[in-house]
Amino acid sequence: MGTNDPGMANPSCPLHPPVPRRRFVEFLLGGGILATFASFIYPVLRYFVPPPVAELGVDEVVATKVGELKPNSGMIFRFGSLPGLLILEADGTYRALSATCTHLGCTVQYRSDLREIWCPCHNGIYNLNGGNVSGPPPKPLTVFNVHVRGDEIFVSRNVEA
Amino acid sequence: MATLRNKRLRLLATAFAWLSGFLALEACLGYGQAVNSCLDCHSALPAPLGVTQEQFSQDIHAQKGLTCTSCHGGDASSYDPTQSMGRKAGFKGKIDRRQIPELCGSCHSNPNLMRQYDPSLRTDQLAEYHTSVHGKRLAAGDTKVAVCIDCHSVHDIRPPSDPRSTVNPVNVATTCSRCHADANYMRPYGIPTDQFAKYNTSVHHDALAVRGDLSAPTCTTCHGNHGAAPPGVGKVQNVCATCHVFQAQMYDKSSHKQAFDAASLPGCVVCHGNHAIAHPTDAKLGSGPGAVCMQCHTPGDNCDQARVVMLGELTQLDGAIKKADYTLAVAEASGMEVSEARLAQNQAQDSLTKARVVIHSFKPELVDEDVQAGLKIANNDLQAGQQAMVERNRRRVGLAISLIAIGMLLAGLWLYIRKIEQ
Amino acid sequence: MFRAILRWLDERLDLDGILAPFRHKTVPTHKLTYWYFFGGITLFLFVIQVLTGILLLLYYHPGASEAFESVQYIMTRVQFGWLIRSIHSWAANLMIFTAFAHMFSVLFLKAYRKPRELTWVTGMVLLFLVMGFGFSGYLLPWNKLAFFATTVGTQMAGEIPIIGHPIMIFLRGGPQVTGATLTRFFGFHVAVLPGLVVVLIAIHLFLVQRQGMSVPPQVEAKWAANPALRREMKFFPNFLLRELMAWYVAIGTLGALAALFPWNLGVKADPFASAPAGIKPEWYFLFMYQTLKLIPAKVWFVDGEVLGIVGCALIGLFWLLLPFFESDRPVRTRVWITGLAIFALAYVIGMTAYGYLAK
Repeated sequence: MGTNDPGMANPSCPLHPPVPRRRFVEFLLGGGILATFASFIYPVLRYFVPPPVAELGVDEVVATKVGELKPNSGMIFRFGSLPGLLILEADGTYRALSATCTHLGCTVQYRSDLREIWCPCHNGIYNLNGGNVSGPPPKPLTVFNVHVRGDEIFVSRNVEA
Repeated sequence: MATLRNKRLRLLATAFAWLSGFLALEACLGYGQAVNSCLDCHSALPAPLGVTQEQFSQDIHAQKGLTCTSCHGGDASSYDPTQSMGRKAGFKGKIDRRQIPELCGSCHSNPNLMRQYDPSLRTDQLAEYHTSVHGKRLAAGDTKVAVCIDCHSVHDIRPPSDPRSTVNPVNVATTCSRCHADANYMRPYGIPTDQFAKYNTSVHHDALAVRGDLSAPTCTTCHGNHGAAPPGVGKVQNVCATCHVFQAQMYDKSSHKQAFDAASLPGCVVCHGNHAIAHPTDAKLGSGPGAVCMQCHTPGDNCDQARVVMLGELTQLDGAIKKADYTLAVAEASGMEVSEARLAQNQAQDSLTKARVVIHSFKPELVDEDVQAGLKIANNDLQAGQQAMVERNRRRVGLAISLIAIGMLLAGLWLYIRKIEQ
Repeated sequence: MFRAILRWLDERLDLDGILAPFRHKTVPTHKLTYWYFFGGITLFLFVIQVLTGILLLLYYHPGASEAFESVQYIMTRVQFGWLIRSIHSWAANLMIFTAFAHMFSVLFLKAYRKPRELTWVTGMVLLFLVMGFGFSGYLLPWNKLAFFATTVGTQMAGEIPIIGHPIMIFLRGGPQVTGATLTRFFGFHVAVLPGLVVVLIAIHLFLVQRQGMSVPPQVEAKWAANPALRREMKFFPNFLLRELMAWYVAIGTLGALAALFPWNLGVKADPFASAPAGIKPEWYFLFMYQTLKLIPAKVWFVDGEVLGIVGCALIGLFWLLLPFFESDRPVRTRVWITGLAIFALAYVIGMTAYGYLAK
């Protein structure tokens, strides 16, 4: 490619476009390639970085840390897309259950005075094993498994195949 | 053997074998079945005398070993009508309606007897019946009122837990309606006959018959079954309170209780109705159709102002929740992660439900507490949704930048192609 | 710098020898030249699919209990996961569209004629494989629509007489659509089909390179009459640069579609729930589905649906072998095939529209 010497550009010759025009084309091409390449590579590189929450949260979640919950109290945590209830009993046992009342879907809570689980909508009562003992609820609450690993409290459920 | 060679003997032996075999077979087939001459004849008779074996086999009494004679007397072993249906055998014939409760009660009010069959069955039905409107009128000679067999059926009585039973909770309203919805039948009594139709439009019917929630009330839940009578005017709210505890507690402490009691108004029924209890909406607090407050109160008075405040609070929270829901839905449809906020929306909705219960205290400041809690959550969720939308817009900016870059390159390529082809 | 690298490689691999035929390759230039792009665009989209597919593989969990959530995870938690997944889904649809366009353009431009019969056959097999990609990939997010679409689709495969039932069991990994089906489809989608397609593309491209680009008969006739009118452009760099422009337009379109119309996730599949009303397959199967729906339940003594499916299979076979029907009287069969092609195009478009609009 030795004949297209920009130094010998003759503005009146159609085979040799003027230098600024050619530079413009080169700029568009080079810049365009670089810019498009960057705009493709940037998302891909970001994509490779794993997100902070590595797990899907379908079967197991970290409900909270040890010490966050006081004895004889409960808290609501998120399990997948539904609420769960984590209870720390007075004797130090952790329990976790589904927090969706089986009657009409209200969120249940732990009553430290009754030491039972209560639904404020129609006064349904469940015992700490999830069994529906009083009021309208027709079915028990699903019980989850609780494991304490280090200072994190893991709640998991049994999954079907 | 020599005897078998004799042809005649052989014939006789074969016949004997056949006959005894046949008899044995008969005996086997008939084994365990006592002769029931009643059913054998009556299953072939037309109504009203007809009772089929099929029908009676469904009856709980038949399954427990009782038969026709247990109630009707007579002799089931004989096919001779003078014997089977004779006075000597204690035959009672068709039991007179006025004697039916006592007849059923002869077993069902006997704890020692019932204990042999089902120890957990109650035995006070007859006593209750005597206190009911039906029982009192029957004692006064009115045979049109319900007796045991009108609700429980006869000859195919099923336990209430059986879904096909006429007294299973899901079927109770239909059973009561057989008389109580029949305008002609009920004419002498001068009470309305639209309860069944009204109940079928109610939220309780929807819960019980459509959603299958057996804890939902039917006729007998509020009126009683054996001791059926309308609750006294002043006692209606006690009935509702058995399930709707918080509303009742609020109402008890409110000014309405004294006012309604003094005016002999039936508590909850005044605003909610008794049979056609619809799902309440915020419009009840309004001033348009469906509004209940303004049926008594004067526009502009203290109560009207309180009503306006309460309605305003509820509307505000409802609106905030809906707005947040909408924003979250748009964000979600654009692929944004908003599940935390979606979960929190449930709690905001719970606050709204609680606020609607607190209405029954008729105190705006109490309603305000729950509404403010809900508003805080809903506003957080709205912000989360808006944040997601900002992120979504950032994506579009990114897209625009990359499209500009691509455009640049396309222009460059086109110019380059033109250049090399000149 | 670029030139230095090329020189280094050339000294060791004799690049000039490999690339020489490409330098001489020309592309006929005429009014209909732009249709030549569709093959290249389809190939480009396939490459996009492979790349985005590999990226998705880094986060996707195959398996009934986790597939849906993993796609949700990609869409919402992985940085730019929404972009990769939406591009993958949109490019899939675009690729099937360009593959069909490529097939129809070859048909109308008569590029299937001797000596290019094998190119047509490999191309048709590629089209079937690409639709197989679409069918298997659609199930992978394990949402309700995909679950039932797969149930209906495999059910139809099962209706083929004699061999249909074993085929259905093979596809489903069992009598019903279950997690086993998902695993199997995943295997087809990321291993079996890519392997087959890559081999076939290699053969297809080799044939195209070896035989050069075909010229439509009318243009051929015009040039034969007046050779001075013959126009050609060099494949490298002229045609390739133009093709590159088309590819960049495709990327821009994909990015815009992904950002403005992100691909839906749907609701997680529940094998025990009943099928939603009005379930329809994806648009590229709609014309076949709608045809089957219009066939009456019984035609003479044959079950309508079986007749439809066997009919579709036979038509597919006929389409595969189309070039071999062009007889010794090429002009007459050519007209005949053109007519058939017009009818087929109208039918596919019409039935797709009908299927889309019908309840």
